[in-house]
Amino acid sequence: MLAIVGTIPDRDFPIIAEQVTMEGHVINVQGNMVPVNRGTAALMAAAIKTCEVLEQPSPFGYLVGDIGVGHGSRRLYKLLTEDLPQRDFTTIAFHYMLPYVNRQNEVLLAIEKMARRPILIADAGYMYVAKMSGQALKYDLFTPDIGELAFLTDETVPHPIYTRGFILHKEEEVPELISRAYANNNAARYLLVKGCVDYVANREGIVSTIDSPMVDAMEPIGGTGDILTGITAALIDSGIDISQASIIAAKVNRLAGHYAMPTPATQVIEIIEKIPRALTDIINTEPLFESYPEQTR
Amino acid sequence: MPFFDFLKDKKTKAPDITSSDRGMLVFENTSEVIRAESVLKANGYDIRVMGPPPEIRSGCDLVIEFPILEQLTIVRILSDAKIPPLQVVPVNSPLLKPVDLFHVKDFGQYLMVRAANMKLTIDKNSLIIVNISGGGCPDVPYLAAEMVGKSLSEAPSPREIGHTLCGYTLQLAYEEMRRLCSL
Repeated sequence: MLAIVGTIPDRDFPIIAEQVTMEGHVINVQGNMVPVNRGTAALMAAAIKTCEVLEQPSPFGYLVGDIGVGHGSRRLYKLLTEDLPQRDFTTIAFHYMLPYVNRQNEVLLAIEKMARRPILIADAGYMYVAKMSGQALKYDLFTPDIGELAFLTDETVPHPIYTRGFILHKEEEVPELISRAYANNNAARYLLVKGCVDYVANREGIVSTIDSPMVDAMEPIGGTGDILTGITAALIDSGIDISQASIIAAKVNRLAGHYAMPTPATQVIEIIEKIPRALTDIINTEPLFESYPEQTR
Repeated sequence: MPFFDFLKDKKTKAPDITSSDRGMLVFENTSEVIRAESVLKANGYDIRVMGPPPEIRSGCDLVIEFPILEQLTIVRILSDAKIPPLQVVPVNSPLLKPVDLFHVKDFGQYLMVRAANMKLTIDKNSLIIVNISGGGCPDVPYLAAEMVGKSLSEAPSPREIGHTLCGYTLQLAYEEMRRLCSL
């Protein structure tokens, strides 16, 4: 089962470890309704939609309210440290959390106590802390955008805001930035770099680039990166290998964006609604899915 | 007394912290350091007083080490207490400066400004903030919920309601957007 770890931007949202479902445009966790706009809620919604099409169980959520003060994040690190050794997740996607290096190290130790090691995906704040701790190599997939890739590349900085000016945040620099991130051991086993062109890479180099359909208006829309991570996590958890899942997810995300016909003012839920159609279309054309059950195809 | 605790710390075990997620607050004088230490400890922050590295020995000879991702809240608390720091720098690389390069993208009716990992987009006609994207700290979804749908002149600024370095980065994009819109 896929587990998703993250925060909800509501200071009163309780700490929860439970399977998540979706009702209309809202995530339902133990009766707590979470609107889907961006952040971890968007990642969960995209993963749920993907799991529905793949006929996989709905993801498990480790969630807590946090508006950036860190109280919720600290409680969630503690819960993970205590709870994970008893669990049997196949994939864990870590997302919006306030980065605390030592607490992240404790969670990694807890993961080592699990009966089998899950595939570890880190995005957003958890990717920052994974890099800051020097533990990037313990993770299987990071999903940075270009600004975050520059941060991964710069070995000295604690946050993207301090990324040094000579490390250019330009699309044409992405292959070089990927090489530097791996040279400094600041990248996970795989990278899915989100941008005008999406890159799937590992230490050996670029595995694939995905650039169509090109939907220029997706760049300013908050949450499009989150939903790409959510689709990828669900595909990986269904048994598809990490690089293939990343490539398929990038295609699905773009196709869903294309179907939504967005403007820069579009909200991400409008794209999430198109994920089932986009994924079904990809399943029907992608040779990888030929062995899938007919009803899914 | 907190200040003398710092002196005792030299003989005791170092706190269980790493430098990669820490920053330093630099003040005008030692008196401000002592007051700031008291204020931050009273607010429950994991901080310690220490000597500054050679690169930043421009203020007093003590600095406060703090969790750098929580910069926005901590600076706001100190400003409210009328002891704003002179400088905030990362522990590992105190000469690093926040990003000052902005990427501006014109979508016709819409304008996007990106600062490092944060993007803010407005409708050029109404100056309404239509989207906020990027970032990884938990205040980003909160800031987006509070700011999207409001005009640049009416929306709360990230400096007022944000808490983290992502919030601070969004503040830079917000200020650049206001400058571009002549606000």
